[in-house]
Amino acid sequence: MSNFSLKQGYDIQLNGESKKDIEPLPIPKLFGIKPNEFKGIKPKVVVKEGDLVQGGAPLFVSKDNPDHCFTSPVSGKIKEIKRGHKRVLELISIESDENNDQIKFKSHSPEVVSSLTRDELLPDLMKSGMLAVFRQRPFDNVADPLVKPRDIFVSTFDTAPLAPDSNLIVKDNESYFQAGLDVASRLTDGKVHLSINGKRNDVSPAFSQAKNVAIHQFSGKHPAGCIGVQIHHISPINGRHDVVWYTTVQGLISLGKFFINGTCPNDIVVSISGSAATDRKYFKTYLGANIESIVRGRTEGDSVRYISGNVLTGKKVDAIGFLGYYDSMITIVPEAITPEFVGWMRPGINKLSFYRSYLSSLMPGKKFSIDTRLNGGHRAFVTTGDYEKVLPMKIYPLFLIKSILAGDIEEMEKLGVYEITEEEIALCEFICPSKGNLQDIIRYGLNLIEKEG
Amino acid sequence: MKFIEDIFNKLRPDFEKGGKFEFFYPLFEAKETFLFIPAHRTKSGAHIRDAMDSKRLMSTVIVALIPPLLLGIFNVGYQYLKAAGQPIEFISAMLLGLRYVLPIIIVSYAVGGVWELIFAVTRKHEINEGFLVTGLLFPLTLPPTIPLWQVAVGISFGVVIGKEVFGGTGMNVFNPALVGRAFLFFAYPAQISGDKVWTVTKVDGFSGATPLLVASDHQSDSVISAIQSYGIEAGLADFSLPNMFIGLIPGSIGETSAAASLIGCIILIATGIGSWTIMLSVALGGLAMTLGLNALAPNDASFLALPFHYHFVTGGFAFGLVYMATDPVSAAATSIGKWIYGFLIGAIAIIIRTLNPAYPEGMMLAILFMNAFAPLIDYLVIQKHIAWRMKRAKA
Repeated sequence: MSNFSLKQGYDIQLNGESKKDIEPLPIPKLFGIKPNEFKGIKPKVVVKEGDLVQGGAPLFVSKDNPDHCFTSPVSGKIKEIKRGHKRVLELISIESDENNDQIKFKSHSPEVVSSLTRDELLPDLMKSGMLAVFRQRPFDNVADPLVKPRDIFVSTFDTAPLAPDSNLIVKDNESYFQAGLDVASRLTDGKVHLSINGKRNDVSPAFSQAKNVAIHQFSGKHPAGCIGVQIHHISPINGRHDVVWYTTVQGLISLGKFFINGTCPNDIVVSISGSAATDRKYFKTYLGANIESIVRGRTEGDSVRYISGNVLTGKKVDAIGFLGYYDSMITIVPEAITPEFVGWMRPGINKLSFYRSYLSSLMPGKKFSIDTRLNGGHRAFVTTGDYEKVLPMKIYPLFLIKSILAGDIEEMEKLGVYEITEEEIALCEFICPSKGNLQDIIRYGLNLIEKEG
Repeated sequence: MKFIEDIFNKLRPDFEKGGKFEFFYPLFEAKETFLFIPAHRTKSGAHIRDAMDSKRLMSTVIVALIPPLLLGIFNVGYQYLKAAGQPIEFISAMLLGLRYVLPIIIVSYAVGGVWELIFAVTRKHEINEGFLVTGLLFPLTLPPTIPLWQVAVGISFGVVIGKEVFGGTGMNVFNPALVGRAFLFFAYPAQISGDKVWTVTKVDGFSGATPLLVASDHQSDSVISAIQSYGIEAGLADFSLPNMFIGLIPGSIGETSAAASLIGCIILIATGIGSWTIMLSVALGGLAMTLGLNALAPNDASFLALPFHYHFVTGGFAFGLVYMATDPVSAAATSIGKWIYGFLIGAIAIIIRTLNPAYPEGMMLAILFMNAFAPLIDYLVIQKHIAWRMKRAKA
């Protein structure tokens, strides 16, 4: 086991943590899958509105590889296929028949799972849509079945603000989790790298005693739990074609369930947190569930923002929207409504800041309930050396950002753009006094590379 | 504060796209965001943002500038009263100081502000708060006797040539306040150098040199005793070490007091706004160069023999170290780069002071010189980083 102690980083102290308690929710009426969450594929829809589908039946496939399917989480009727600007496929919604009728795939005993070969695993993974639990770096695309990843990475802890506790998620699913790891280990010739939280001494044995993996211990503030940071320290990505895969704890549990039970599992645990949420705890619900089925009656305040994911990288969703495929939390924060008189001149006892210019910095451990205010206007980049303080990677974020703004692909590559995605840069964006949209810039750079060369 | 909010909401359509005052939107934005943190919501990326913004950033620097500003104002009055042989009272010294310093600051802000506005309006961007700092830094680097029209010309040159021609805030190579000062220094040397300009006085033929001027041109056996005894004979100045540290000596308005600059230094470092790396490395560079030159000094009378603590408390060394070298836009941006950048500023400032008799003050030129080299230093650091990446990829 290797130990990594990361100095740089910052834990955003927010009010609204969830209670460690799981409540099962009934199966919702409406489900939705957002094809643009699966980056890197061109989706081709294979169903029509009104079609009846079973759980595990394909909704759309990759245009470049029609065997690579993305499937329905539940059985029911296709309600709507929504296209947006330039006919980009935005949403496929399914009206559940509440039977949760699933297509049967091959099931295996746990012992057999660890002896299957990549060639035996891949066809079922592609057909069932389960391959989507893997994403790949660079670019953060959904795993490409034609690429054999150098290694596979798993982070068993999330350091993002108010993030759910994976100890709780893996509880009672330990054997599925291990089966998932066994499957992952068959998909690469390299290793499966599992990172555990070095700051906790109650890490679930499912993580600390996992088999068939290389275990690494990371201690540090956010973003120590981000996969890109861990990859950087364990075995860095050195170029565009140096592809690694990664997945999450819930992804592995689903994978294990799929191979052992022979059906696509659609149950997941989602936490509700944030200062505008009431009844904050964990809920057992379903992949692609509509947000309202989870948050109804659990918010306070007139104007709130629902975020599928965490406050740094999550996506804003409407109450009538749907849970993100890869998200295991919903954060609810108050929207900014009224202007704050001479706000920037105030001593700032209630102001959350990485810097020490507000009085609140004299109150360590204080937690804040802040809204979605931008807290300033967009300005030119002025300060230097701050981003580095919250990014525990050997990388020059400001120079990378500037090379992207200049559209200089060669320079981006030299400065390590392949090691970065939105997730790693998000904290730099949070602290940026010039309020730059760094996540957008990084994605713009990655898209530019994918498109042009 | 609802009524102010209502006024802004009422006026807003006139200033937004299509409104009759659309052209002046930057002015509207500046006033509105000055009074309120608007309820502008995050649109993409992180949903919540740090409370720090460029207003808070710049106003923290302004707060850090208050000690040298207040001491500078007092000192202008103090020197006036001392030259006139009048008793020194705190209130009258402050009032006298304000009488001479305030107009300089007002002209700097007003003229520079107009340029800022013109560029913001024509370039259609918001007014950048960085000017609040430039507009105050610039007057503090000037002698109190500076003609106001020169203040106007200097700040215009600083803002337009020092900043806007490079593309505005964040793009400038040189520190705009220093560009303005350097322009005045070379264009109108009579009003910004020599021994006649550092004290506001009505006494005819009064001359009051700065310690550095004394050190560069004296007849004594020892440079230290030359400085210390300079004012004493005439009863006009007291160049003892503690007095120079506190800053009750002739000089540019804000730069005489190392003590006041150190208070600012503490504010900047405590809030995490100023780079301690740069401040420390400037001091180390100055110290190293001074020690080297001390060893080379032919005798005690030579300027080369002046010890570092004298260099630190005289001229603009401390002020430049705290407020000018740390300007993040014109400094090196990489952390290793900051060490090199700062060290060379300190070293070059001492070289210019001691080895070039034409310029007894070297801080301004050293900082401008290193401003020009900061991008090169960063370039080398980045190339080294890229080489490390290449090597890692091969391993």
